[in-house]
Parts: sequence; C-alpha cells; structure tokens
Amino acid sequence: MIEIRGLHKYFGEVHVLQGIDLDVNKGEVLSIIGASGSGKSTLLYCINALEGIDEGRITVDGVEVHAKSTDINKLRQKLGMVFQQWNSFPHLTALENVALSPRIVRKMSRSDAKKLAARRLEHIGLGDKLNSYPNALSGGQQQRLAIARALAMEPSYMLFDETTSALDPELVGEVLDAMRLLAEEGMTMICVTHEMGFARDVSDRVAYIHDGAIEEIGTPEQIFSNPKSERTSRFLANVR
Amino acid sequence: MESTSIFFTSFKTTDLWFLAEAAYRTLLISGISISLGTVLGLIFGWLLHEGRLISTFILSPFLDIFRSVPLIIQLVLAYNFAPIIGLNIDPFGSGAIVLTIYTTALVANVVRGGIDSVGIPMRRAARSLGMTYWQDMIYVVSPIGIRAVFPAWVGVALGVMKDSALVSVLGYVELLRASQILITRTQEPFLILALAGAFYFALSFPIARFSERLEKRWSQ
Repeated sequence: MIEIRGLHKYFGEVHVLQGIDLDVNKGEVLSIIGASGSGKSTLLYCINALEGIDEGRITVDGVEVHAKSTDINKLRQKLGMVFQQWNSFPHLTALENVALSPRIVRKMSRSDAKKLAARRLEHIGLGDKLNSYPNALSGGQQQRLAIARALAMEPSYMLFDETTSALDPELVGEVLDAMRLLAEEGMTMICVTHEMGFARDVSDRVAYIHDGAIEEIGTPEQIFSNPKSERTSRFLANVR
Repeated sequence: MESTSIFFTSFKTTDLWFLAEAAYRTLLISGISISLGTVLGLIFGWLLHEGRLISTFILSPFLDIFRSVPLIIQLVLAYNFAPIIGLNIDPFGSGAIVLTIYTTALVANVVRGGIDSVGIPMRRAARSLGMTYWQDMIYVVSPIGIRAVFPAWVGVALGVMKDSALVSVLGYVELLRASQILITRTQEPFLILALAGAFYFALSFPIARFSERLEKRWSQ
C-alpha cells in the first residue's frame, strides 16, 4: 500500500504540490488526470524519490520513502516506472535492455536474467525483437520495451508518467493495450494520463489534480459522469 | 667544396634508424601523456559535471588556463620554473608533465560533454530500475557518453601526439628535433621533413583506423 500524507513540494518559489493526501491499495488502478503543470507528474516522481519532498510523508508498504535511513535503491525495485520518453538504453539490444537491471541490481546470473527478459518481452508482444537495437524499434515498441524493462524487476507497483503522450497517434493503442493487460493481471498501477478513455475503462479510481492539490477523487463513473466539483467538470469539458 | 663535406654529409640509412628512434620517443612521451591525461581527465571531467562549487570556482578556471595558454609557453615556463622551486627535471620529465596537464584539461571537457550528453530522463530511468549512482554511471552513462564523445577524444589524442613536437624546444630529441639535427647536417630539408611527416602519419594512422572501426561497430 502506498500512503501519502500532507505532501508539499516546491520548485524554487513555485508551490507545485500543495498538501496531497492519497492512499493507493494493493491491486488498485488509479488514474491521475489534470492540466499540464498541475503537478501530477511531480507527484509520481516523489513516490519513488526521483524528486525530493519538502513537507509530508510517503510510505510504501510501511517504509518511509524519503527517510534518510531508507535504502532507496532497494525500495525502487518495488516501484516500476515508465516515462513519457521511453529512454531505451541505445547501446543495448531489447533483450539486454530488459536483462540489465535484473543482472546488476537483483544479481541474477547472466543466463537467468536473459531468460527472464525473453519471457517479459514475449509476454508484451516483442518476442520477435529480442536482438533488435532500440533505433530499429518504433516508439510504441520502445515504450512496450520500457514496460517490460520495469516489470523485469518484479515490482509491486507500477508508475506510468504520461506513457503515451510522446507517441504518434497510431502507436498509442498498443501501449494502452499493454497497460490494460497489466491491469487485468492485478498489478497495482498509478497512471498519470491524458487518455480519458483509458482512465474511464481501466481505473478503479480517478483523481483530478488542480494546481497541486487533489480537487476530486472517486470512481470513474463519478468523475466522468457526475463530477461534484465545478473545476473537474470544466476540465473534462475542455479535454473532450 | 671539399672542406664543406666535413660539416655536411649526405643522408645515410643509419639516419633512418636515428629518425625511427626519435619516433619512438615521440610515441613514448605522447603515449604517457595521453594515457595519464585521459585517466586524470576522466576524474576531472566527472568533477566538472558533478561538483558544482569546486568546478565553477577552482577547477574550471584552472583547466581553462592550460587549455588556452599556448603549449610552447607552458613548456618553456615549466622547464625554467622547475629549478627555481628546487626541482631538477630533465626535458623529458617536464615535457611529459606539461603535456599530461594539457591533455587532462582537454579530456576533462570532453568527458564532461560525454556525461552531459546522457540526459536526465535517461538517468532517471536507470535509477528508477533500482540502479545505484555508480551502476548508472558504469552501465548506462559510460557506454552512451563514450560513444558520443569518442571522436572528440581521438581528436585530442592525435592533436597531443602532434603537439608533442613542441617538447623539442626543451632539447628532448623526438621526431621534430631529430629532423632538425639531420637537416642541419645533410642540408636536405625536403627529404627529411617528408620522412618525419611519414613517421607522424605512421603513428597516427593506426589510431585513426582503429577508432573508425570502433565507431562503425557502435553505429550498428
């Protein structure tokens, strides 16, 4: 379980996160929607400590993320993350991309890591691209590769940061399908997204963030069909 | 005319050996400087990238001095300054030290560029997989950065090898100095300079070819 309490975050003078309280339960899919610059990606970065926090507390399975005594590299293995930019390691084949961290972080043997990587890539439909270098893959394939790479660490949670925003429209579907598959398998997911269809269909809960605070959170039906907040309905009217 | 032959004698095959030995000295002093300078350049380049205060106020200006003052001035200054502070260093020693510092200054900036070329998103991706700072450095930043700046490093290495000719002003008998000696004796500047040029070419060609093949392999 991920618990966020009274989270504040500043970038210089800018108050990006203004007191976030949020619980994410095991097996839940939470979508975070909101305008660009509302702080939703920053929130995600705070959860695995790629960004520091200024006030408040985040715990993952009872371990405080930002405590000095926390072994953050160990904790991050529980928190897979996929970014807007796919960030494939360009010098490694698809197989090596996925096998690298299991080998060096989880200390698996080279052959075990490769077997695991091959399984992960086949699962996500890249079984025929094991030995391709990223520059020979499409954006959608590279983003699926990034998902497989994160999953190879066998995380308990997956964080998705606008994973389809940098993709050509015709490539969005395959990445969303991969995420759907993952949700069906019971993965706990936090998805920062602009894909309202995905948020509505796949999520258990949807949170709308406005100016660094959670304006409204609830089931997809509540948020999309019956929003309580004026701001939420205005935002949804604009993105539709 | 007979009397002049005492001073000027024609080019002999043993002179070729003399040049080859000098080429070896060029190779020696540049090899040492490039190797040491690259190792130091890696450390200082990393500091330039990482250590904000130290690099801005101390390291960066210091390296800039060695990059911008003409090498020949650095050599003469160092060679004449050493005895003043009680050091007795031969031309080879002072030449190697100055060339090493000069190489360090150049390589440090190449290395900094290499590390900078790996963007923050890429490094965050690596860290998000649970890699430590150094695992990220070794397995992600290094291979990507090296590929990006390897041609620049080869340029530095080849440049330093040719610039090592300047150590001749201190009396170290490397290729250029040896050629001057031979020219004085044989009065055949064209032949001898052409030979010296051929030796320089023979020294740099393998490096250039090797790097070309590496780059080709990487681009696949």
